[in-house]
Amino acid sequence: MSAVLGADAHHHHGPAKGFKRWLFTTNHKDIGTMYLWFSFAMFLIGGTMALVIRAELFEPGMQIVHPEFFNQMTTMHGLIMVFGAVMPAFVGLANWLIPMMVGAPDMALPRMNNWSFWILPFAFAMLLSTLLMEGGGPNFGWTFYAPLSTTYAPASVNYFIFAVHMMGISSIMGAINVIATILNMRAPGMTLMKMPLFVWTWLITAFLLIAVMPVLAGAVTMMLMDINFGTSFFKAEGGGDPVLFQHVFWFFGHPEVYIMILPAFGVASQIIPTFSRKPLFGYPSMVYATASIAILSFVVWAHHMFTVGIPLAGELFFMYATMLIAVPTGVKVFNWVSTMFRGSLTFETPMLFAVAFVILFTIGGFSGLMLAIAPADFQYHDTYFVVAHFHYVLVPGAIFSIFAATYYWLPKWCGNMYDETLGKVHFWMSFIGLNMTFFPMHFVGLAGMPRRIPDYALQFADFNQISSVGAFVFGTTQLLFLFIVIKCIRGGKKATAQVWEGADGLEWTLPSPAPYHSFSEPPTVK
Amino acid sequence: MATQQSYYVPEQSKWPIIATVGLFLTLSGLATVMVNKSGGDTSTGWWMFSIGVAVMVYMLFGWFGNVAKESMAGLYNAQMDRSFRWGMSWFIFSEVMFFSAFFGALFYVRFLAVPWLAGEGEGTMNTLLWSNFEGSWPLLHNPDPKVFPGPEAVINPWSIPLLNTVLLLTSSVTITFAHHAIKKNDRDKVKLWLALTILLGAVFLGFQVYEYIEAYHELNLTLDSGIYGTTFFMLTGFHGMHVTLGAIILTVILLRYMKGHFSAEHHFGFEAAAWYWHFVDVVWVCLFVLVYIM
Repeated sequence: MSAVLGADAHHHHGPAKGFKRWLFTTNHKDIGTMYLWFSFAMFLIGGTMALVIRAELFEPGMQIVHPEFFNQMTTMHGLIMVFGAVMPAFVGLANWLIPMMVGAPDMALPRMNNWSFWILPFAFAMLLSTLLMEGGGPNFGWTFYAPLSTTYAPASVNYFIFAVHMMGISSIMGAINVIATILNMRAPGMTLMKMPLFVWTWLITAFLLIAVMPVLAGAVTMMLMDINFGTSFFKAEGGGDPVLFQHVFWFFGHPEVYIMILPAFGVASQIIPTFSRKPLFGYPSMVYATASIAILSFVVWAHHMFTVGIPLAGELFFMYATMLIAVPTGVKVFNWVSTMFRGSLTFETPMLFAVAFVILFTIGGFSGLMLAIAPADFQYHDTYFVVAHFHYVLVPGAIFSIFAATYYWLPKWCGNMYDETLGKVHFWMSFIGLNMTFFPMHFVGLAGMPRRIPDYALQFADFNQISSVGAFVFGTTQLLFLFIVIKCIRGGKKATAQVWEGADGLEWTLPSPAPYHSFSEPPTVK
Repeated sequence: MATQQSYYVPEQSKWPIIATVGLFLTLSGLATVMVNKSGGDTSTGWWMFSIGVAVMVYMLFGWFGNVAKESMAGLYNAQMDRSFRWGMSWFIFSEVMFFSAFFGALFYVRFLAVPWLAGEGEGTMNTLLWSNFEGSWPLLHNPDPKVFPGPEAVINPWSIPLLNTVLLLTSSVTITFAHHAIKKNDRDKVKLWLALTILLGAVFLGFQVYEYIEAYHELNLTLDSGIYGTTFFMLTGFHGMHVTLGAIILTVILLRYMKGHFSAEHHFGFEAAAWYWHFVDVVWVCLFVLVYIM
């Protein structure tokens, strides 16, 4: 540690002044910070759209928005949360943490790192601007199935396509940077099997990103050609097939859901050992489980398409392959629980979020298994049960892990402790709000309420009202999160270098706040 | 990894944000053209596009210029070199996956969608949609010929495509000769083999253009002639764009070599371009077998 402090004194200088610091930066911490703030802004915008949806669904019948606008809200909410909130948040965490965790001076390709970030605000400006265009924004669902997104799409779909291209370019460059950093920038002695699990999960996530984002680019390119240049990828009249779109999209889409959850697994695997004051149980099995999930994710895509009319052999293959994923996922949950078993547990805010992550993500996993059963899926398909399922993996899964990570590493980032009482209030309000919002959706879904429709039958009213109240509780609580973070940045109890009693890893050997340049001289790992 | 102390972390750079603005103008310009193409005014879109491309070109010169300068100043150590190698390898992998999406689409329509439309399997698509439709590959008669008149014939693989295969395979050999010559510091041979590689690429592209003209004017094989034309032009078209890009990259590399940017030991710029060229070559072999012959 002393070597690090000494090195910092004579190496490089601090950040530049003014806006140029942010526009021209090559520093992994600056870029990580920008990613995280951008992600939070998108989280609030996408969340506001969710509240428009929930307000409309508070009562049966048409209430406040036009159905056409409702469709744009469901579409944009999904796109913004997936590509604008969750993915950039994890890239932000990767930027901040990976160089510190592997003992590197910065990311491997710092200028490209800056480019990866700055593409995002421009891409989302392009996407959001479609809402103001003639004919409205994308209204075909975040999965943008053809022909809804081609033959019947509003003209603004062209902007949507190029916005997706930009997001893809950003993600691929970000992922290349992460892989190059992890493979090439580790401190001496940091062998692969000594890497923190957050680094491992990101290595595998980055591989998934590079493998599937180009396929998404292919899908939107086919759309662009069908719309503008008379090709017939998705037109049966010319020998194509609308179902082709779904195959290409879900070949991207299923690995994409693991892109959004594997780094969350990594975060939980960092936090739970700290607050259990025990090393992680089953480290190698965690690594192998993560890799297995990633590999399996390439051969399960058609479980999203059980009802489109694929051959029986296909239904069976994709059903069993999907269920196989429960095995490595079960290994992970077992390991987290075993880590806590007979540990000296304390429940600071990051641990609360991490424990809730394990429990609630497991619920989302189980409803996923129900959906994996092809004959049962014929009933559940396109109902609110699906909405309940994927929100249970994304909100208490991805989003809770991001909250947990923020509370866990924020003292390292800004040098101050956050307000523990307010953090706990944030946790409990979020916990109650999200369960109120999404648990009733299981019931209305099983009873047959279709998703993506602005109106519903009267018997679903009670549960929908509970959902809507829960959504507003959850949504407004996130303003408290903003307040807590700003308060922590502006001041508070000074954090020690280790911050948490049981914390282990290279990032905790750096002082808090972490110096502008991480490890100018590589630390040695035993 | 003891060399880590000297890992070069560049100071602030204006190029990424310039690149972002260029990319944004280029793509939003294209989108604006497409939104307005039927009846609207496309000039705004074309202006945005042109300015965007100009900004991108300016950025490429500036950014790569910086990298070349830093490299020649000896700022890059062996570890930095490995970062570039990982970066280029994974970029090429992403390109492989992009092409995979289109090859996947080709397999799907050829072996599943078209037979199903023709009545194969348990479905009833044939009777419900176009009961006269008979599937075949190449698909010369589309399900609805009024909307999508099919091509009269397809390109004979044993004419220009075979010649093009020979050209590209030869160019992969010539670029390897150039690489060997760089290592031996045989400057004249490097220039000769690199120039020959670029020439082979250019001739390939010329033949490809000739083939496209023939397809459009004599065979009615077009982008909008149904799924055969769709997959044919999208796959060969994207490949052609990559050959064009590869040839431009090689030209820049040749000019940089003549300015003395590369030594017998340090020439990753050249190697990256060669990797890219080999990748484009492999894609062509897949195209030749899977699109033209089969």
